[in-house]
Amino acid sequence: MSMDDLRVTFFQECEELLEALEFGLLEINEGGGDDDTLNAVFRAVHSIKGGAGAFGLDDLVRFAHKFETTLDEVRAGRLENAPAVLKTFLRSSDILADLVRAAQEGTEVPPGPVEEVLAELETHLPTEEAAEDEEEDDFQPLGLDFDFDLGGDDDDAGPPVSGPDVWTIAFKPRRTLYERGNETVLLFRALAELGELSVTCDESALPALDAMEPGEAYLGWTARLATEAEEGDIREIFEFVEDDCDLTIALAAPEAEAEPEPTPEPVEIEPLAALEAEAPPAEPEPAAEPEPARAEAVAPKAKAEAPKATVRVELDRVERLINLVGELVINQSVLSQQVFDAGIAANSEVATTIDVFKQLTRDIQEGVMAIRAQPVKSLFQRMSRIVREASGATGKTVRLVTEGENTEVDKTVVERLSDPLTHMIRNSVDHGLESPEKREAAGKPAEGIVHLSAQHRSGRVVIEITDDGAGIDRPRVRQIAVEKGLIAEDAVLSDSEIDNLLFMPGFSTASEVSNLSGRGVGMDVVKRAIQSLGGRISIVSEPGKGSTFTISLPLTLAVLDGIVVEIGEETTVIPLTNVVETLKPTAEQLHSMGNGARVVRVRGDFVPVVDVGYELGFRDKAEGLDDKVVLLTESEGGSRSALVIDAIQDQRQVVIKGLQDNYGTVHGVAAATILGDGRIALILDVDSLVASATKTKTDPDHSLAMAG
Amino acid sequence: MPDTERKTYSPTLEFITFHIGEEEYCVDIMAVREIRGWTRATALPHAPHYVSGVINLRGTVLPIIDLAARLGVGATEPTSRHVIIVLQVEGQVVGLLADAVSDIMTVKAEEMHATPNVDSETAKLFVKGILAVDERMIRQIDVAKVFPAQQQQDAAPPAAAA
Repeated sequence: MSMDDLRVTFFQECEELLEALEFGLLEINEGGGDDDTLNAVFRAVHSIKGGAGAFGLDDLVRFAHKFETTLDEVRAGRLENAPAVLKTFLRSSDILADLVRAAQEGTEVPPGPVEEVLAELETHLPTEEAAEDEEEDDFQPLGLDFDFDLGGDDDDAGPPVSGPDVWTIAFKPRRTLYERGNETVLLFRALAELGELSVTCDESALPALDAMEPGEAYLGWTARLATEAEEGDIREIFEFVEDDCDLTIALAAPEAEAEPEPTPEPVEIEPLAALEAEAPPAEPEPAAEPEPARAEAVAPKAKAEAPKATVRVELDRVERLINLVGELVINQSVLSQQVFDAGIAANSEVATTIDVFKQLTRDIQEGVMAIRAQPVKSLFQRMSRIVREASGATGKTVRLVTEGENTEVDKTVVERLSDPLTHMIRNSVDHGLESPEKREAAGKPAEGIVHLSAQHRSGRVVIEITDDGAGIDRPRVRQIAVEKGLIAEDAVLSDSEIDNLLFMPGFSTASEVSNLSGRGVGMDVVKRAIQSLGGRISIVSEPGKGSTFTISLPLTLAVLDGIVVEIGEETTVIPLTNVVETLKPTAEQLHSMGNGARVVRVRGDFVPVVDVGYELGFRDKAEGLDDKVVLLTESEGGSRSALVIDAIQDQRQVVIKGLQDNYGTVHGVAAATILGDGRIALILDVDSLVASATKTKTDPDHSLAMAG
Repeated sequence: MPDTERKTYSPTLEFITFHIGEEEYCVDIMAVREIRGWTRATALPHAPHYVSGVINLRGTVLPIIDLAARLGVGATEPTSRHVIIVLQVEGQVVGLLADAVSDIMTVKAEEMHATPNVDSETAKLFVKGILAVDERMIRQIDVAKVFPAQQQQDAAPPAAAA
């Protein structure tokens, strides 16, 4: 493995670690989470630091180190996990993500925010603050809730520590430690190098000589180490044996700590429920535990959520598999067709077997698609950062509530959803929610809520963004649309039509350009991005109650919902997302504009006619539209066109096949697919088709109707 | 005996020969992936005249080139007796439409003659060499050249490249 490969792996891991970090912090922020969560957070930062060190990414190391140190303060119970601290941590995780990305791309992060957060972290580091821990004579693991309100229980607080820290290290090797060739004395020697060491041996477990088994480990040690070194340095010594021993490293009294036995029972963590993670019913450590103990689980092994075993696979391999399965599906449908054509009875054995075969292929296809599927969790987590930033910039207090984070969607969809979703979330905070004062005046809590949810619904994934803001100001939207010449002044629009004006190009409701939204791109860009994913977006708004944007997306980009149509002698597919409605226009509806251009009048709007067969060169231009069908389509930017086709065959889901590999791009054609009879049908690119058909006309947008 | 021995030293080439009209052509067998019968192709809009369309080759979209049209000897009216020679060159897979496949030939490299300097641009462009076998003259097709120019960086319709 070359250094470059390692680097790639490192950044891949960083991504996962950052995700884990943010997830952990959010969980803690929600009031959930336990020591394991904090440990997971700590480990994530620590691992990033370690990797970054190996690659000489000094900025990253420096920041991660400070972050880690502060986290460690909380972990050791010396720093209260107050909201302010958590806020710093969340910001730190944002900065850390920025630094990682910058390191990956070889760019620079503006030092301003980094230094700011570093300074913020610094303020949380103890200067002289006494850590006040209660001592408990009999060991009772505390409920592992995360408030860390230990500072309050100062019933038996010790004096502040000064000078070198005194660490108590309880070390009880297991049999495996010796079996793996480790030597305890070497460990203690290494410890002795760190500072002043005194060791006592615990022989209590030692049986009588005749009962003793030679290979067993009976001895345990308690070491007291006075050192300037950090806990991490001590831990490092035990790095290679920590799985083979019971190890507790704690600051000696007054901050005595001990480790509860990691309970085998995993803690079920509801990611969002703001309920406290129930404390695992930890067994009290046997009284042999020498130190007065506090519950501070140090063992990293006790994971609340046991991670599922995963395999890292090259995307190419998955793609190949998906292609093969696609072929299998097509082949299966061809076979079915042939069996049907051969006149074999539906209740015959062959037909039954074919049915089973069909079911199996479907299952395989679903299974393979699931490999590419990813939960939207990572995406939603990114959104919480957006909300933090947006609320900071607008001065509104906003809470993001997410739901259905484990909903799985194709990897590409998740990736390409990030930008539009970011924009919509920003919009919700910036435009959707009112200022805290206005909210209170309206009798709402000052804190606005943006609700982000994902769910599967009939073969598609539906993502909803709901805010509890003021809703769409329809008179104002209408007024702006009139001002910008998007609609006629006397246009009669329904409420939903007005709402849909938001998706028109060049529309922005914010009267001044804030530094958040309103960067010149609007909801039309969002809509286009969603459409390019084969999705649709709609909006529902209730004045005073808020607005809901609903995005409906296909689960994968490998298939597409399309209308199978006949054009000339060819069968082609038109993506369903483009089609608004189908109609059979009468002769009265058709108007000639001269020079061969025609428009169709649809409910008061004039829509340019695009003869698909002629544009593609499949047949001559259709004179009348009597025997034709018109598909009313909506392309990028909301402009409508009337596509003339010969007949509609079917509406179905088709598997997308690229033309590029073996041929190249064809104007007006997005891709190809294979129909049930084994023949290839082209999938039309409505936008480019319409663009080329109307490009000679000077003002194609004139007939532009409202979107939706 | 010494004769066969010498043969092994001389590099040999293997070709698949096929007919277009009365003429015989051949392609390097290493470029041929398979040979299959004609099935109806789906027409491609804006395609050059020598592209018959695309067919489904076990899930892959396979463009078909009418070699006769490409060589300027008139477009083929394909029937079920026609064959498609599936060729692969540098990751691109394309089908050549031919009347019939006739033979597999093994020849020595020196038997391949350079294309004579005839007064035909198409001949010079697509014919890589000529093989004289008995009284027959077999033209070797330069596989890379008959492929439609697939690297249209701009959005120009492929017809422009014809």
